[in-house]
Amino acid sequence: MAETSDRIVIAGAGHAGGSVAAMLRQLGWKTGITLVGEEPLPPYQRPPLSKAWLTGEADAESLALRPLGFYNDADIELKLGVRVTKIEPREHRVTFSDGDTMHYAHLILATGSRARRIPLPGIDLANVLELRTAADADKLKHVLKPGARLAVVGGGYIGLEAAASARALGAEATIIELAPRVLARVACEILSNFFQDFHRSQGVTIELNAGVAALEGAGGAVAGVRLADGRLIPCDAALIGVGGVPNEELALEAGIACDGGILVDLAARTSDPAIFAIGDCTRRPLPLYNNRTMRLESVPNALEQAKQAASAICGRPPPVPEIPWFWSDQYDLRLQIVGIPFDATEIVVRGDIAAGKFALFHLAADGTVQAVEAVNASTEFMGGRRIIQRRRQLTAARIADMNVTMQELAS
Amino acid sequence: MPKITFIEHNGTPHTVDIAVGKSVMQAAVENNVPGIDADCGGECACATCHVYVDAAWIEKTGLPAPGSQEASMLSFAAVTQPDSRLSCQIPVTEALDGLVVRMPEGQH
Repeated sequence: MAETSDRIVIAGAGHAGGSVAAMLRQLGWKTGITLVGEEPLPPYQRPPLSKAWLTGEADAESLALRPLGFYNDADIELKLGVRVTKIEPREHRVTFSDGDTMHYAHLILATGSRARRIPLPGIDLANVLELRTAADADKLKHVLKPGARLAVVGGGYIGLEAAASARALGAEATIIELAPRVLARVACEILSNFFQDFHRSQGVTIELNAGVAALEGAGGAVAGVRLADGRLIPCDAALIGVGGVPNEELALEAGIACDGGILVDLAARTSDPAIFAIGDCTRRPLPLYNNRTMRLESVPNALEQAKQAASAICGRPPPVPEIPWFWSDQYDLRLQIVGIPFDATEIVVRGDIAAGKFALFHLAADGTVQAVEAVNASTEFMGGRRIIQRRRQLTAARIADMNVTMQELAS
Repeated sequence: MPKITFIEHNGTPHTVDIAVGKSVMQAAVENNVPGIDADCGGECACATCHVYVDAAWIEKTGLPAPGSQEASMLSFAAVTQPDSRLSCQIPVTEALDGLVVRMPEGQH
């Protein structure tokens, strides 16, 4: 028989964990909340780490999700520098890395994801970096001096944003990508080509179809990236950004169903009714896409699932389903993507790609808009969100016609 | 410190203190006022910190410039009105002490 508790334990104090704690108080949860985080910092925003924070436009204080006094005022117990090491679902009990144990009424797993590590020779050399935490970002900022050479392994969002920030700081950047194009996993070919051209115009070198054989060092620090074709890319630091892996081991060991992410429903509930999971560590259904399941590594997803979990726990109606969206800032480009083009058969360009102000509409065979990728085109992004939500069917000719306003397209 | 009052869609008021130089959105987030999601953290990228500025204050806060990033983002935000603003784009000044803003029914 489990010892009864009226406490909510939140494992993970990132954007998801910090937000769900605050939302539980907003929705009237009166009893104990314990927020457990492995990092030494209270919850902070990760997106600026590769953007405004890295280039010095945002300071450390502005990263904090809430002021430190908030947790005290809201009676949220913060346990930092500690992680949950074991869950005993039948006892409703967790064990922490410092040896303490705690009973819970509800447990929320917000364990996030970690940078994928590739077993390359030289991976342990100094200045071989990843970018996940504020501590990682500190190390990267320290090496990005004018004239320094950064090699970026992986042409995803983290890699492209870091390369753009490196250029803004006067450092050199080379992006090394295994696929034939950057952003291959997350964007369409037109967008990949646009970003490749733009980065090259800003002085970034991009190596495509390029495997990495090893990281080579001098005096214990990385000095170059050896490509599979034998060439050496000399560098002062190497940033490895080849995707994220969900932190699901804790859940797996407790017998909670996982499948490349902790499986949750639209209330963010796992296979154990007392245990919820939110954010990067989950695989979740997408109600606007026939409940396909997917891992969404994004702040909006973390916040939506935080709302789902807090609403379910506090007995409130579930929040309105949101369409997945993502954003990225590089140089003076703002990329905003809404929706996911699972069944898209056609891409329609609206605007002027050469002028760097355009949107790509992804249409399914019946003309339903599934996703919109917008570059410096926020009206198209916002209008696209409404069009997708309302399942509007549009013709390619009308979308491409700039004489038809977004208001008209969305009406 | 200037005081700002947020009125939830259901009429519940929240009056909070906020330092000059922060944004009206930060005043809500730092004080856990419900109804301001602020997904993007103040980058004017998401339109989830949408508020209606009280008529008495619209002259002091101003409206988004036509064609601006804020105006674009507001063009399709949930239930916009002529007095709609994105609260992350309103910097707090002494002149805004006493500001009253209302929240839309939802941010999505």
